[in-house]
Amino acid sequence: MKNVLPVTTVLIALLALWYAAAALMNAPLQTDAFANAGKTSYSTGELVVASWGMERPKLPAPHQIVAELYKLTIATPPTSKRGLIYHSIITLEETLIGFLFGAGFGVGLAVLIQSSPVLNRSMTPWIVASQTVPIIALAPMIVVILNQFNVTGLAPKAVIAAYLSFFPITVGMVKGFRSAEPLQLDLMRTYSATRSQTFAKLRAPASAPFFFASMQIGAAAALVGAVVAEVTKSEDGGLGARLLAGSYYGQTVQIWAALFAAAALSAALVGLIALAGRLVLRRMAFVR
Amino acid sequence: MKAKLVDLVPPLLFGLAVLAVWELGVRALGVPAIILPAPSAILLRFGSSTPTLAADFLQTIRGVLGGYAVGSGAGLVVAILIDRSPFLRRGLLPLGNFVSALPIVGVAPIMVMWFGFDWQSKAAVVVVMTFFPMLVNATAGLAASGAMERDLMKTYAADYSQTLRMLRLPAAAPFVFNALKINTTLAMIGAIVAEFFGTPTVGMGFRISTEVGHLSIDMVWATIVVAALTGSAFYALVALIEQRATFWHASYRSREN
Amino acid sequence: MTQTPHAETTIEALHHVIEIADLSLRFNTRDGPVQALSNIDLKIERGEFVSFIGPSGCGKTTLLRAIADLETPTGGTLSVNGMSPHEARVNRAYGYVFQAPALYPWRTVAANIALPLEIMGYPKFEREQRVAEGLELVNLSGFGKKYPWQLSGGMQQRASIARALSFDPELLLMDEPFGALDEIVRDMLNQQLLRLWDKTRKTVLFVTHSIPEAVFLSTRIVVMSPRPGRIQDIIETGFPRERPLDIRETAEFLEIANRVRHGLRAGHSYDE
Repeated sequence: MKNVLPVTTVLIALLALWYAAAALMNAPLQTDAFANAGKTSYSTGELVVASWGMERPKLPAPHQIVAELYKLTIATPPTSKRGLIYHSIITLEETLIGFLFGAGFGVGLAVLIQSSPVLNRSMTPWIVASQTVPIIALAPMIVVILNQFNVTGLAPKAVIAAYLSFFPITVGMVKGFRSAEPLQLDLMRTYSATRSQTFAKLRAPASAPFFFASMQIGAAAALVGAVVAEVTKSEDGGLGARLLAGSYYGQTVQIWAALFAAAALSAALVGLIALAGRLVLRRMAFVR
Repeated sequence: MKAKLVDLVPPLLFGLAVLAVWELGVRALGVPAIILPAPSAILLRFGSSTPTLAADFLQTIRGVLGGYAVGSGAGLVVAILIDRSPFLRRGLLPLGNFVSALPIVGVAPIMVMWFGFDWQSKAAVVVVMTFFPMLVNATAGLAASGAMERDLMKTYAADYSQTLRMLRLPAAAPFVFNALKINTTLAMIGAIVAEFFGTPTVGMGFRISTEVGHLSIDMVWATIVVAALTGSAFYALVALIEQRATFWHASYRSREN
Repeated sequence: MTQTPHAETTIEALHHVIEIADLSLRFNTRDGPVQALSNIDLKIERGEFVSFIGPSGCGKTTLLRAIADLETPTGGTLSVNGMSPHEARVNRAYGYVFQAPALYPWRTVAANIALPLEIMGYPKFEREQRVAEGLELVNLSGFGKKYPWQLSGGMQQRASIARALSFDPELLLMDEPFGALDEIVRDMLNQQLLRLWDKTRKTVLFVTHSIPEAVFLSTRIVVMSPRPGRIQDIIETGFPRERPLDIRETAEFLEIANRVRHGLRAGHSYDE
């Protein structure tokens, strides 16, 4: 709560900076526009205000983006392909399905690695090494290959979302399972607890904070995967397709609106998981 | 924990096993090359298309390295600047954490519009992606020096810049390197995905997206291998520098008294 | 040891290095105000070895930190070398030794001892000379190139004492410096500290939990009690400057130790 004032101040300052930057960056284009329209005398004030209302600005002013968002969400029917709601739902579907599979597979793989020392020693270095590889480079290929198998539409994007989200979740959960303190592990040994008992009663609960942290990362990664996959195959719509369309046709404000929509989606997903995390962790006394 | 040579055996065996299954499986099941080429086919492609792959690498790496340096550097500088003002820090950090969760790659088309099709727009995307992890980590690092150590500086009547130079920056080094390692991956991702959105006719991302269109999947795989090797090498290099610079940190010490 | 340029203290005839009159310090915590120190009166002369002993919450560490200008009193007066604590700190009048060695792990032992010298702007030649002297003073010659984590706890604490003395302050403030060490090492360090005190003629303020340590080391013992933090008793010991460890078996010693224990018990409340 004590952060409300500083955060608000910084946000207001950023907003002011944005408007200033927009005026500066759009000014050359605007002066050209004035010249083309035959307008030779204008005040700086007029120039500034006009630069905040251009149709194809270099940097749209915040209110332009808000207006576009309004136009494309509330003022357009949800089923219209021109509206953002239609595309957001597509991206959201891909993200959620991908994330669910990615999370399930990620946690499962982590449990597997934890349960077998052999698997642990063979796979951990690869998992660590794979973190350094830009997995997203595989996205276009996976889309195309799946198309060859007649897996089209939403599914390939969901696959990529799943693929991008499962690695951080696996890494996080393995760390979580290993986070049990040596003292507590020793205690389990004095009870002659089996491996699975130790897992269920100690390692799994101890991993709770890591679970929620890695779920947040996984959800954000799933969304990025869905958006990038849509860029590769934009015929099926989605926010990534809108980004691509905007960049092809030079519709600056449209790009920004799509970007904000994707950001809002990501923030909402991550925020929901964070909230759920805080509630659960408080019940588990990880957070006082 | 120092890695012994024998520790490399299980993962190496695992990797070789995967490659073997891949090669034999593709041949035995007659999997068409446009679905999944055999490792041997990819190797052949490597040999025959080396100039193209090299040119792609050079193009993309400019965006990666340029953006990485500017983004990480700016993140560190801003962290030091806001260090003086707890108010600014409390305002900026929550925003930084928030922005890190966003699909920042989406700014790629905007950067292309501002900086053109060449590597500079890709570097710009990488700057945005690498700035926030460094800002968050460096800020945490600057706070990491202990109360006792800071009191010690007070008893010497050391001024702000002496305390910063001699205590807080060295103490922040492990955190800064953590961000530098994370940023190597982000830089690769940023540059390649940015190229999906538009680039001159060269670059790893460009190569992948166009060859996918031609269904030359072996070329796509060859490019992916280059990307994977680049990413791993970049990360390993930073990790090596980290080991030299933060040898004193608890995570490196094999023996503690 | 080479002399350092101090800022002006007043007349050399100033006997009282530290003058504390009616000192109070109140903390405002989340659970309400805490009177850490109340009406402390104390005068400390040059060359004394004064121990502060008492249960947790009696204010002994707070008093030491107030003298060091690491805490600000809310009432009364406190002067160090005839100056305010702030001026004394800016003039580098004292060396502080904490409960933990607080050595910087990225610096060698020698570089750690040189840390205050670097900050205070000593030239390189003088720094090297002082570091060598410091290492010898605490019997760590030859360990200069090692890193702190390669040394035992006792050796690290000795290094931190060398660091506190490297710029030759008149005053040495020590906050339970040997608390984390085992008995044998403690005994050895107690003896070394006494020898050092005898050799350098510093004024030492020493906070401790241990009755035998306080009685063994000090010329005067200040017994404190909590809630509010105040002085319960001040005891002169009168032992000769050169004292062997087995002085701890003598009747005199036990008598003083008993008096200390008495004072502690009187000030301790068992209501919790």
